[in-house]
Amino acid sequence: MSTERRTIRQRLRRRSRPLERAIVATLFVAGAISIAVTLGILWELGKESLLFFGDEEVSLWGFLTTTTWQPQAGSFGIWPLILGTVYITVIALVVAIPIGLAAAIYLSEYASPRVRGILKPTLEILVGIPTVVFGFFAITFMTPLLRGIFGETTVGFFNVLSAGIVVGFLIVPLISSLAEDAMAAVPDSLRQAAYGLGASKLEVSLRIVVPAALSGIAAGIVVAMSRAVGETMVVTLAAGASPRNWTFGEEGLSTILDPFEGAQTMTGYIAITASGDLSYDTIDYNSIFAIGLTLFVMTLGLNSLSRRIVKRYRQEYE
Amino acid sequence: MSLRAPDRPTEAWFPDGDEYLTLLDRRTRRGTIAKFGFLGLLVIAVLALASLLLTIVDDSFGLVAVVNEKEPEAVVRDLGYDPARVTLDSLSKEDLVTALSGAINRNVGRRLEREQRFFEDRLAFESQETWDELCASDDPVPGCTRGARSQGDVLLLVKERVVVPDIIASNGFFPSVFDGDGFRERVREAFETSPQRFGDYTVDQVRFQWRAWLNMEFLTSPSSSIPELAGIRTAILGSAWLILFAVLFAVPVGVGAAIYLEEFARKNRINDFIQTNINNLAGVPSIIYGMLGLAVFVRLFEPFTSGSLFGAEGAGSGRTVLSAGLTLGLLTLPVVIISSQEAIRAVPNSLRQAGMALGATRWQTVRSHVLPVAIPGILTGAILAIARAIGETAPLLLVGAAGFITADPSGPFSKFTALPIQIFQWTSLPQEEFRNLAAAASLALLVMLLALNAVAVILRNRYSRRLSS
Repeated sequence: MSTERRTIRQRLRRRSRPLERAIVATLFVAGAISIAVTLGILWELGKESLLFFGDEEVSLWGFLTTTTWQPQAGSFGIWPLILGTVYITVIALVVAIPIGLAAAIYLSEYASPRVRGILKPTLEILVGIPTVVFGFFAITFMTPLLRGIFGETTVGFFNVLSAGIVVGFLIVPLISSLAEDAMAAVPDSLRQAAYGLGASKLEVSLRIVVPAALSGIAAGIVVAMSRAVGETMVVTLAAGASPRNWTFGEEGLSTILDPFEGAQTMTGYIAITASGDLSYDTIDYNSIFAIGLTLFVMTLGLNSLSRRIVKRYRQEYE
Repeated sequence: MSLRAPDRPTEAWFPDGDEYLTLLDRRTRRGTIAKFGFLGLLVIAVLALASLLLTIVDDSFGLVAVVNEKEPEAVVRDLGYDPARVTLDSLSKEDLVTALSGAINRNVGRRLEREQRFFEDRLAFESQETWDELCASDDPVPGCTRGARSQGDVLLLVKERVVVPDIIASNGFFPSVFDGDGFRERVREAFETSPQRFGDYTVDQVRFQWRAWLNMEFLTSPSSSIPELAGIRTAILGSAWLILFAVLFAVPVGVGAAIYLEEFARKNRINDFIQTNINNLAGVPSIIYGMLGLAVFVRLFEPFTSGSLFGAEGAGSGRTVLSAGLTLGLLTLPVVIISSQEAIRAVPNSLRQAGMALGATRWQTVRSHVLPVAIPGILTGAILAIARAIGETAPLLLVGAAGFITADPSGPFSKFTALPIQIFQWTSLPQEEFRNLAAAASLALLVMLLALNAVAVILRNRYSRRLSS
């Protein structure tokens, strides 16, 4: 009897399954490919950037401190490109934050289910439209519109304002949907408590729901900011291809920050340089990787910031 | 943190009578204003979307002023037909070749024939001996092996080289509908005030006609430097090849990674790191992926991506469909992983437990219980990822889609152009007609995306119905 029981126990024992282990190993490799992608990005950006800074024409110090970007003349100061990127991002946020937040508040607190059912998908269409189509829109609609309003002599054909406004429209749905999600997560009991104290709908929205959802809203805005920084096609088409170089003390702030003139961004420089006939191991080739590294660090920083905001300040509700 | 007792409520906190009513009025008014304020801002976003779509439609259709070098009727008449009864489009290939040979010089004709012959059985421009000699040489011309041109191809040539339409002015859809005469008047005026702008053309040659820039010819013609004849066939085929490779790479790897992370990964630092890393990758700007593709696929793996490793004919640089498709694959990978993870997570745990209780191993449970239920969700995510990849432009600029390409991609090692790239190039040209082409191509792209999204929505609806019933 005891031998019989032993054989049964042996039969039931976990067998080693080589095929299953191979499958799991393959699946692990699939998961690990994403790490290889990150390493590949870091390696290539880093390696080419080192080559760039190793060139005798370039110095890291000059890259970080001078305010002229003229590859043909051998001056590589990144600030004009950063200025273009930051300027367009700021304009985009000025457009997108009020619209996105208002849309989120309206959809989450005011709209009837029927109106919501129409407006929300409409906003989401904006996410699906390719950015190159937005670029086309900026050039054929927004720029002529601005030139019509402010006069053709003041507004250049390529200008920061048009690009910024259109990038703003592009990121509105990002802000509105993330903010709305955060507001929807605020428990109804909080609203009802406020209504019970006699608060009006506006007071409930602005003083109860928005503060309670603030971490989600802030995270959404930061994600939208990162998206605007990395946006390429609209700025390449609408903001032009000349970096806005300046020398301290010579140009006034109004010239440096003129919204009606063009300014090349980091992404715009990469796109324009790479779409020409770019030969390997030239200073132009290496320079786009140095810019790319800067861009990568900026967007990575913004994305981690947004995740940190969510983690740190999220209110947990029962 | 120090705590302080709230102030004792005083009478002043609770106004009554008239003061109460004024305050209440003010609060109500403020509420109403804010409500319309919120709605107004939301409407701005909707208006932006509407004006974007209207701009595209406006530029895709409208009145144009055309000057033909030779009127199509004259071509028909010269061939001995009655222009009132026969149109150029309905002529036979023989007649079209005759019209062509009457208008172009012999050398041009020979060159065209060497590219692709006109008839299967005879030669139109080349002499038989030269042809045999050309085909017997070490480097035969493409015309030796390719089939003959179709009637449509020859018609296009006739239009391109005999009729030579030149659109001298174009007008948007809405202005054309509401003020078509104004446009005609402006063109005639322009002829009077500055005839030098139009070269040898006279005002009598100008024909006004409605033109849909997005038409069958546009969809089926290759790109061309003459805006009247340019089309997006090359670009559509290029986009299709790109998507093929992107899907072949991103879907298996993405779904595999999602299965691993959801079903097999223990909670340890490596797996946490993989998950964080995927979330980070989803936020990397697409142009960075383009740089990765340029450095790795185009440059490092050049022997592989240019096809020279496989002895592909005419292998050039690594700026091929394959490189660009893989780049788009990397770009969509995080999106596919995250959406597949969501689909797998949505599968109820009871299903897994049922499988395990019957003695199935983890993988057997996944294969026979989890995946079949999760597949519609995974597919939806994959389709949405494809929709995103189709519209991507920036990474393609980096991996070399920049050239002017009129030949259809024929395999993984071809040079290519893609729909969004074509839109970008046309948008950045100054002439008005290319603006129209960009609008028509955008419209075509949006229709494709709409179709893909519709498929995704249908899949999702069907899926959610099945789970709930």
